[in-house]
Amino acid sequence: MTDRAGATIRAEALTKRFPGASAPAVDAVDLHVAAGEFMTLLGPSGSGKTTTLNMIAGFEEVTSGRILLDDDDIARLPAHRRNLGMVFQSYALFPHMTAAQNVAFPLRQRKVGKAETARRVAEALELVHLGGHGDRLPSQLSGGQQQRVALARAVVFSPRALLLDEPLGALDKKLRESLQLEISRLHSELGITFVFVTHDQEEALALSDRIAVFRDGRIEQVGTPTELYETPASRFVATFLGDSNVFTGTVHGGLLDTGSAQLHCDGPDGPGCLVVRPERLRIGAAPADGANRLSATVSDVVYQGAFRRILVRFDDGSTGLVRDAGDAATTTRGDRVEVSWPAAAGVLVPETAAERVGAGVGSGSGVGVGAGVGVGA
Amino acid sequence: MTVTSPVAGAAAPAPPRAPDPPPGRRLARRVSLLLAVPALLVLLVFFVVPALRLLWLSVTTPEPGFGNYTALVADDVTTTIVLRTLLMAAVVTVVCVLVAYPYAYLMTIVSGRWRGVLLAVVLVPFWTSLMARTFAWVVLLQDNGVVNQVLGAVGLGPVRLLGTTAGVTLAMAQVMLPFVVLPVYTAMRGIDRRLVDAALSLGARPVTAFTRVYLPLSLPGVAAGATLVMVLSLGFYVTPSLVGSPQQSMLAQFISVQVNQLVDFGAAGALAVTLLVVTLLLLGGVRMLTRTRGATGSGIAGGLT
Repeated sequence: MTDRAGATIRAEALTKRFPGASAPAVDAVDLHVAAGEFMTLLGPSGSGKTTTLNMIAGFEEVTSGRILLDDDDIARLPAHRRNLGMVFQSYALFPHMTAAQNVAFPLRQRKVGKAETARRVAEALELVHLGGHGDRLPSQLSGGQQQRVALARAVVFSPRALLLDEPLGALDKKLRESLQLEISRLHSELGITFVFVTHDQEEALALSDRIAVFRDGRIEQVGTPTELYETPASRFVATFLGDSNVFTGTVHGGLLDTGSAQLHCDGPDGPGCLVVRPERLRIGAAPADGANRLSATVSDVVYQGAFRRILVRFDDGSTGLVRDAGDAATTTRGDRVEVSWPAAAGVLVPETAAERVGAGVGSGSGVGVGAGVGVGA
Repeated sequence: MTVTSPVAGAAAPAPPRAPDPPPGRRLARRVSLLLAVPALLVLLVFFVVPALRLLWLSVTTPEPGFGNYTALVADDVTTTIVLRTLLMAAVVTVVCVLVAYPYAYLMTIVSGRWRGVLLAVVLVPFWTSLMARTFAWVVLLQDNGVVNQVLGAVGLGPVRLLGTTAGVTLAMAQVMLPFVVLPVYTAMRGIDRRLVDAALSLGARPVTAFTRVYLPLSLPGVAAGATLVMVLSLGFYVTPSLVGSPQQSMLAQFISVQVNQLVDFGAAGALAVTLLVVTLLLLGGVRMLTRTRGATGSGIAGGLT
């Protein structure tokens, strides 16, 4: 639909301070989104991701810092002159206009001719598979269809970047998955830059070229989904993206001392957290050289079809999660097991003071993993 | 008099038609119609019967026929009064809308505490006796009253207000203000603020975002409030008779004179019927207008009467 490539978006020391708030909502964020990239801003609510997006869109005034669209600083430009597409969680379709009138709205603002408008509206609705629904009012469309219209409306004027604010948040799981595919397809077809805000880590992993993990108004880590998942830079990232077993202790010459066990790991001496993904843990497998091994009791087995989640209690009282693909098919609650993993499966991340206080908080999806083998546990 | 929310049900799609309920359910539904009986009885006794009696009187007194109506049309005074009433009601409506719209908008953007204050400022006079408020206006509008002192201080006065249509308009607009503020505020509260953001992100200048998105969505509230004020103003009696003068009388005052001073029930009946017809025409017009505007405004006129 457009022959122009996407724009680069660069935030430099971007800061937002709300009046009366003690801490800034966005604190000197530096973010570089490459042309045509699918960048996801991921974080819990209140982490500053939406505020960052609103500043890029122009809905929120910038306290300080710059926002560069290619080489132009747009931080002080009013929203209507930024020429960026925007999709809202609430769809934000104009309820008194039909789907086609909604999609035509940005073209009308740009004084596009009648015939040209009709052609591009039809094209945009076709792009989201809603050709023939143009004369419907938003109230006559389902939630998924409304969000498709919103997508068509946001790209019909060929913006060079599309901003999406939790666009799938209001949809049920099934629709969410089909619209994920749709958004992914739109991104590759249009070739423009996408900045996507979500608090759903699965969505972020599935869609993004790169993910920026937000926490307390700062970016904790930026990287590809694989980088973030395989080599998290902090305990927060490890527990926010997917499930993690976290063992806390002090490293001495390649060994993490948790107080009750010595675990092989690769990293500098000093306090640290060893992060091991549940699918890297084995139950009952014969340990290879340099492997870590802990005794545990199975406290629960949850069958999930393709795999099972096995919750274990290590002998020092801390809990862990093993994702087993079939090796331990006969394991049941109460069994004594040996949990093992190769040293290379673990990632050592620095432990910060704040995290020691909040140990055990923050697991990607619910299960009480993350407490790990704490120093004081 | 109730101010119903003009938007709550307006935007919702028509519910799918339920399949025929089982017989027991149907009976229950029919029985539940009895709930409307007390209200219908009150209406019948205190509105329908007197209205029909007026209608009857207007075509039977002093002699059978349409003499009262032909007299109305022939009489310049009546025509003047009807036109003046329509004009004043229209002016009061316009003034109310112009004042209430920004006020209601302000209510939607301030914090909760300020919203409470603004709402109280609208409602407290509403809860005060109409007579007390009208007499307050009589005091305010006197030749040496507060309004004239202020006008004089800025070099615009003194202006004669008491006993003039200007004074009546001012007082009536204040009395009617809540009837516009409340439905407009309700309509505005139902508008998603993100819609304006969306319009801006799509390239609309702020003024365009307002006129093309916010204003149309708030219009049902305006229509509801304006209709209410217009209809109430047409038959308004207390304020015009206390603040205004017999020379500038409005329709309701004129009817009162026919009944109380001239004891001409026939003419009074004909005037009352005229007022009723004008009011119904107005409501019908609003209904037609809103219906052609689509689902957005349906039920406005219906929600008022």
